[in-house]
Amino acid sequence: MADHHPTGIKRWLFTTNHKDIGSMYLWFSFIMFLIGGAMAMVIRAELYQPGLQFVDPNFFNQMTTMHGLIMVFGAVMPSMVGLANWLIPMQIGAPDMALPRMNNWSFWILPFAFTLLLLSLFMEGGAPNFGWTFYAPLSTTYGPPSTDFFILGVHMMGISSIMGAINVIVTVFNMRAPGMTLMKMPLFVWTWVITAFLLIMVMPVLAGVVTMMLTDRHFGTSFFDAAGGGDPVLFQHIFWFFGHPEVYIMILPAFGVASEIIPAFARKKLFGYASMVYATASIALLSFIVWAHHMFTVGMPVAGELFFMIATMLIAVPTGVKVFNWVATMWKGSMTFETPMLFAIAFVILFTIGGFSGVMLAMAPVDFQYHDTYFVVAHFHYVLFPGAIFGTTAAVYYWLPKWTGKMYNEKMGKIHFWWSMIAVNLTFFPMHFSGLAGMPRRIPDYNMMFAEFNQLASIGAFALGLSQLFFLYIVIQTIRSGKKSEDKPWDGATGLEWEQLPCPAPYHTFDTPPKVK
Amino acid sequence: MAIRRKLFAGLAVFLSGLLSSAVYAAADLNMRPGVTETSVEAFELHMIVVWVMTGIAAVVFGVMFYSIFAHRKSKNPTPATFSHSTTVEVIWTAIPVLILIALTVPAVKLLIKMEDASNPDMSVVVTGSQWKWHYKYMEQDIEFFSNLKTPQVRENFKLEDAQNNENYLLEVDNELVLPANTKVRFLLTADDVIHSWWVPELAVKKDAIPGFINETWTSVPTPGIYRGQCTELCGEWHGFMPVVVRVLPQAEFDQWVVKKQEEKVAAEKAAAEAAARSWDMDKLMALGKEVYDAKCALCHQVNGEGAGTFPALKGSEMAIKADRMKDHIEIVVHGKAGTAMQAFSGQLTDAELAAVITYERNAWGNNTGEIVQPAEIQAFKAGN
Amino acid sequence: MSTETEEKYERYYVPEQSHWPIVGAIGLFLLAFGGGNFIQQTTGKYGNEGSMGWIIFAIGFAIMVYMMFGWWKDTVRESMSGLYSSQMDRSFRQGMMWFISSEVMFFAAFFGGLFYARVLVMPWLGGEGNNAMTHALLWPEFIPAWPMTETPGGTTTTAMGAFGLPAINTAILLTSSWTLTIAHHALIQGNRNTLLNYTVITALLGVIFLCLQVYEYYEAYEHMGLTLGSGIYGSTFFMLTGFHGLHVTVGTIFLIVMSIRVAKGHFKPENHFAYEAGAWYWHFVDVVWLFLFIFVYIL
Ligand code: HEA
Ligand code: HEA
Ligand code: HEC
Ligand code: CUA
Ligand SMILES: [Cu+2]
Repeated sequence: MADHHPTGIKRWLFTTNHKDIGSMYLWFSFIMFLIGGAMAMVIRAELYQPGLQFVDPNFFNQMTTMHGLIMVFGAVMPSMVGLANWLIPMQIGAPDMALPRMNNWSFWILPFAFTLLLLSLFMEGGAPNFGWTFYAPLSTTYGPPSTDFFILGVHMMGISSIMGAINVIVTVFNMRAPGMTLMKMPLFVWTWVITAFLLIMVMPVLAGVVTMMLTDRHFGTSFFDAAGGGDPVLFQHIFWFFGHPEVYIMILPAFGVASEIIPAFARKKLFGYASMVYATASIALLSFIVWAHHMFTVGMPVAGELFFMIATMLIAVPTGVKVFNWVATMWKGSMTFETPMLFAIAFVILFTIGGFSGVMLAMAPVDFQYHDTYFVVAHFHYVLFPGAIFGTTAAVYYWLPKWTGKMYNEKMGKIHFWWSMIAVNLTFFPMHFSGLAGMPRRIPDYNMMFAEFNQLASIGAFALGLSQLFFLYIVIQTIRSGKKSEDKPWDGATGLEWEQLPCPAPYHTFDTPPKVK
Repeated sequence: MAIRRKLFAGLAVFLSGLLSSAVYAAADLNMRPGVTETSVEAFELHMIVVWVMTGIAAVVFGVMFYSIFAHRKSKNPTPATFSHSTTVEVIWTAIPVLILIALTVPAVKLLIKMEDASNPDMSVVVTGSQWKWHYKYMEQDIEFFSNLKTPQVRENFKLEDAQNNENYLLEVDNELVLPANTKVRFLLTADDVIHSWWVPELAVKKDAIPGFINETWTSVPTPGIYRGQCTELCGEWHGFMPVVVRVLPQAEFDQWVVKKQEEKVAAEKAAAEAAARSWDMDKLMALGKEVYDAKCALCHQVNGEGAGTFPALKGSEMAIKADRMKDHIEIVVHGKAGTAMQAFSGQLTDAELAAVITYERNAWGNNTGEIVQPAEIQAFKAGN
Repeated sequence: MSTETEEKYERYYVPEQSHWPIVGAIGLFLLAFGGGNFIQQTTGKYGNEGSMGWIIFAIGFAIMVYMMFGWWKDTVRESMSGLYSSQMDRSFRQGMMWFISSEVMFFAAFFGGLFYARVLVMPWLGGEGNNAMTHALLWPEFIPAWPMTETPGGTTTTAMGAFGLPAINTAILLTSSWTLTIAHHALIQGNRNTLLNYTVITALLGVIFLCLQVYEYYEAYEHMGLTLGSGIYGSTFFMLTGFHGLHVTVGTIFLIVMSIRVAKGHFKPENHFAYEAGAWYWHFVDVVWLFLFIFVYIL
């Protein structure tokens, strides 16, 4: 079959091709990453020194909120879906995603949803200003008018995510090439199936809770109002029932990426494949019963606090299994350190550091001291930036030749890596200290005693922002004038996409299923 | 190759530097142990976890860096082929479980202790509202608001202010005064949104939730001043809502209580006298401006133009139309339920209420010329 | 590739380009943007009564309807012209199954809210657990009882009994599940008449159910003082039964469309995914009702 494809703008608007849709997701997420990052720059500029320098406290809160929302829903999640779209069909030997038109719909909802969200910045009363966790009643009774558009925007993102997840799960269960048994699937595919399962379970719950917000705001219900027999804490329970699995939604695909890249550059099979699968599944299941570790200070009964504390600490066990397996994969391998590998290794180390602070947070009696301070901010940026974002970055370097047929410039890749690596630590490590010293989160101004750490973090943040622009440059430069890649640029790489397809992968692949040994 | 090796060495040094600085370095890199029994125990538990995590990190990263060093292609051209081992997998599942159990035991003990607010010697009701705290001593019948000392308007928060004031953002007009060595129970709630009451050195952090009462407690052995902040995002001035606790020896505390009670009687008398008098425009405007800038400007702005969800008072019908005067008094005295506009009857005297309303009706070009007398406020309150 | 594998392998149909998704995305955007304005405008909370939200909303709605028609028409045509392999059929089935799972979780959020409010919050407000002070200081008058006919804030209402209309509605839905099963069996056995009759009957039962529910709401609002604003009891009651009612509406439309397609002879005993999807959806709605009946009305 000829490898022809439609051209012009229609190609993108009307496409049913998983590769096109994957590219659109990735670009979309990168744009969102820059916008969310630009907001982080505003935050860091304001926090560079004590005093109110650039923005009003209210605008600062809007920036914090929008930064969190955009990074979580606009940057990380779509980037993972983009990878899924590109890779899953190729990795399991399918001609496309199972439901290609719905796939396109899932994507195109997103730009509109985020337009709606970003429009709120220009609305009367400003954008949402109650944090990405939008606790009631600050977001219900006291929220600005734009809250309603935020709510409906969340509904749209939810619809998009659910359809995307259904597509992934159905593709994997139904479209594998003959011989591609479940336990032969690449780990990236496994982590994504489990992620998709989490999405289907929790996105509707998010939709439910924002719906309750909407009716509390406008139609007189009292879900989150004690006077009517409700409870503001009910909001938190439902939100975090979504929110905690959500954080694993953001990290599991990155685990999958690391599990592809590390064996490739260690030139050695992934250690403990089966236990990796089981560990991922255990993390996902446990993630449903730990949500209230975000709520240790709300005044739950002690028995509840104990339960959630212990359940949370348990998650360290399967996650540890994964980390140990990666190390064991490297052990006695024959490693080289091209850019994807560097990012993957940094991912393992820095994610683990973030995981350690997670375990500290899980200890309820000490969490009373950490909660809602910069220590938490440090924790989640360690798991999110050098976790989820480094994971995606590693994936982009690793599969870029497959996607574009061009090879990125290794030297520039390495510069990008070291630059990000140093900047990311400079930005987020000091936040541990400011948190321990007692600096609350979500404040635009602070006492002198936190000044040094904040200054360091701000300097790091600006450097980190620049490094991401450099990344953009590298990608564009590769696409436009990169050296042509060999069909198998990584000698240790395995999997159908490397073994049976050329670089770049043709527009249509596996119209007839490949043979899987 | 050599460059690469150096880079890795650099990375290792950098990371371990970061890690160890967390643990070894000066006290201000670490959590403060605080002054109460529970805060010290929380600090100790914190140190235990830090060390355990550092230990695990050392082992895991140690093995990994060794492998990166020894098993790179130039040193180890042919990779091994093993890909699983049930024995090691069982071991590295079991060891973390054991470590976690070891961590859980002290954590459970401490948690139960910290959550046990029973049998207190005294109780204080702490109410959060945008953006101040209100303290009410149940036994002593004392109550007062505690505001950030600097009025919450943007102009007051500059770099120089921070540099010139050791307690920048951490000072209040009325501190919460407590006796030493007494088990004090805090009953936390809120008027509007969720706030959270935190004093790091007492290791007390609990959310103040509208419609519910949360309980927590402390018993402070050493007199002193302990500062903290609101730690739940509660709107625009969330970062400007400090908590200051002054702990006094029992005897001094008793004196303080007596003094407070006398002050209360005196203040009531003064307020009644002020209310009985008839005020002239200049006096009302002067007092009104003072009150307005301190209490109202954080939402309605000094220039009366409002911001975001906070309406402008300049040109507002309520503040210029004579027939809306009653609404004006009503909203300031009783607030408006379900909005940030709170009832000020408990926070201001009748004279202050009259003054601020008069001010709003005559400032910024709202030239109604109307005067509201304290007596009218009294009548309004009585009429309701 | 040898011809041998080609022959054994049913080709998976990957549709050509389609403009429906982007139309749907635009429709959804207008729905949300207009809807937000519309809500603010009708509830008048922000004083923007003048905005034209409902027009945008209506346009969005029209676009969505247009999109669904067009999209499904394409699918029906493709299905009828035999483009779909059995693998494709499985994709649809699994897709539908996971979609229903997500719907289950949507309801779970509201049921979770109901349980939490009833089992935990209400006793707390009444002073149980370690919340004696909540009751003593904030809500001394409040007497916890479910249905909560008097809220802590003092709003009063009456509770909806279980054994009038709701019991009849339960019977109706249970019957409809049964008639639908008969129809489905008829479809598998190729018995077109029974299939058509029973599908139509099922759809009619759905319509009757909806009429009764509208009547129930009317009673509640007009005569019982039970509204969305009646505290947590009213909130959970109307949100749960309301979303269920919305799903019955969708299910009924689904069944009506299926009746038309049955009449046109679209389905074959071995190829009738759409019909089966409709049936699953209907059974799901039915099961949700059973939970509602037990937890909202009876208990
Ligand atoms: C990708 C996202 C991500 C990930 C993966 C995690 C992972 C974890 N998180 Fe994190 N978390 C967030 C994102 C994430 N988190 C965010 C965004 C917030 C803040 C939300 C907000 O309030 O805005 C948050 C907040 C948060 C809190 C609430 C803090 C507070 O507000 O007071 C807690 C408390 O328990 C917590 C715990 C954990 C734990 C125990 C893990 C574990 O999964 C970590 C497990 C990993 C390891 C432990 C490392 C590897 C293991 C080994 C090497 C084995 C040996 C180790 C031991 C035996 C300890 N997280
Ligand atoms: C994946 C998620 C993710 C990512 C990648 C990031 C990335 C960053 N985050 Fe953020 N962050 C969150 C998720 C994330 N964050 C969440 C969930 C919160 C909680 C929100 C809440 O409290 O509700 C938070 C909160 C948060 C805070 C606390 C705010 C507060 O409590 O008040 C801070 C403070 O420093 C911060 C900083 C940063 C910085 C400096 C980056 C940097 O890594 C960003 C790097 C910079 C860029 C990528 C930008 C590059 C582009 C340019 C420099 C210019 C481009 C210009 C244009 C496009 C016009 N983040
Ligand atoms: C925490 C924020 C906040 C503070 C402090 C505050 N207000 Fe308000 N005020 C509001 C809000 C919000 C509204 C709008 C209420 C509504 O939705 O109608 C309002 C409304 C009003 C109105 C009615 C305006 C109109 O046109 O409807 C007046 C008058 C008023 N406030 C006076 C005062 C005075 C006097 C003070 C100080 C003594 C004060 N406010 C302090 C938030 C505040
Ligand atoms: Cu009060 Cu934050
Ligand atoms: Cu969590």
